Amino acid sequence: MQSLSNRKKVLEQKPMNFWERIYLPAIFKGLSITIKHFFKPIPTVRYPEVERPYSKNFRGQHSLKRDEEGRERCTACGLCALSCPAEAITMISAERQKGEEHLYREEKYAAVYEINMLRCIFCGLCEEACPKEAIYLDGPHVTADYLRKDFIYGKDKLVEPRFDYKDEHEPTA
Amino acid sequence: MAEDVRFKVSIDGIPVDVAPGTTILNAARLIGGDVVPPAMCYYSKLEGSGGKCRTCLVKVSKGSEKDPRPMPKLVASCRTTVMDGMEVQSITSAEVLEARKGVVEMLLINHPLDCPICDQAGECHLQDLSYEHGLADTRYEFERRTFDKIDIGDKIQLHMTRCILCYRCVFVADQLTPQRVHGILGRGDAAEISTYIAKAVDNEFSGNMIDVCPVGALTDKTFRFKNRVWFTKPVEAHRDCPTCSGKVTLWYKGEDVLRVTARKDTYGEAEAFICNTCRFENKATSDWIIEGPRVVKRTSVISSNHYEQLNPPPVVKKNLTLQAANKEQFERIERLLP
Repeated sequence: MQSLSNRKKVLEQKPMNFWERIYLPAIFKGLSITIKHFFKPIPTVRYPEVERPYSKNFRGQHSLKRDEEGRERCTACGLCALSCPAEAITMISAERQKGEEHLYREEKYAAVYEINMLRCIFCGLCEEACPKEAIYLDGPHVTADYLRKDFIYGKDKLVEPRFDYKDEHEPTA
Repeated sequence: MAEDVRFKVSIDGIPVDVAPGTTILNAARLIGGDVVPPAMCYYSKLEGSGGKCRTCLVKVSKGSEKDPRPMPKLVASCRTTVMDGMEVQSITSAEVLEARKGVVEMLLINHPLDCPICDQAGECHLQDLSYEHGLADTRYEFERRTFDKIDIGDKIQLHMTRCILCYRCVFVADQLTPQRVHGILGRGDAAEISTYIAKAVDNEFSGNMIDVCPVGALTDKTFRFKNRVWFTKPVEAHRDCPTCSGKVTLWYKGEDVLRVTARKDTYGEAEAFICNTCRFENKATSDWIIEGPRVVKRTSVISSNHYEQLNPPPVVKKNLTLQAANKEQFERIERLLP
């Protein structure tokens, strides 16, 4: 059949000559490439012991932030859940009692805050919607797990650990 | 004056015939749509309300047929009655829109803007007003006026910080209940709604002050922080109540009725006031006869994630097997459509 594009090339197979028939030059050529790679730097990154640098705008696991006094910023306004296109966020709010002012920033707080990491598409709309700057997707990748129920992350996994604001922002002389 | 005299008024160029004595606001409401001035303090069911908040300012470009001079200043449309041949500008006048912006700024001066906490958020008239007419920023730099929370009775909470002094709740206390137990104390900047020496309000219709409050100043304590309005599903229901009409809206979350309110019309006014027994005591589905889902405006945040209309993909429309599989869904939609 005639070629449609006229770009077809017919390859003819010539019989191998003497050097090609003993195969040794080809074997040494291949081995030299393999041995050359022994002395090159290894590009493999041994995750999770070593991590590659992430892009600045990488969106990973959510974290619920604390303010400079270590109080939870989230006030359970529900705007993150409202904006979530995957409907991955749920929360139950509670009223701050007397004596809990050091724990929660506002008079209302999220008693339960759950994100279903299987539903989440990491679009970042929740951090855009948050009026209190309480949620950021600044964590690493969400790790694999065996059971579906373990992908529903509660406040124990989401709230960032307490830190001392002074240590980071007022260097000791 | 003869009974059948009708005044011809034009609002933003739209003519309307109204009875003498009608206010400009009510004439505009007869037309409906965008020309209706917003109102924070006027409440058609409460006599004497209006004239406090100044959000309903309109421009009268022609006083009447006999005296065609325009009115010198913007007038509060809820308090100004129409004249024959009056021409009113609402949204067509840049002056009016500018004035509304200023009014919103004034109303928000002492407002705490704690919408993320406030239970009214999502159905708050001040939110709607500032979203539609206000500025994105505040120019106010000073300390805002603050008050402590007050419990009015065991079911109602008063956040005086959020109050815009519309006096609606005072009119409720005056007109719906046999004796007046709360009102405005103080004057000017120091004015506040109070019960005087924290006296509890306990009569059957006191709960209506929650419904008439355009902001989150008076809130239902039984609903306090229970859920956000837009996560609940409003359902119309009624019950045989000896004291009131018994026609209410139930706000469901899952199986639970989180709160009961009166039915609100397009202007956020209660269609019929309900008693406290209906509002606070009957929070089980078995107490009510369900009429159907409440129609929520598409623009309202409450309608988010509520899917009323089934919009099947084209493949379902062609395939008979798929149509049979979704039969129940289609039937449900047909029941909803009148």
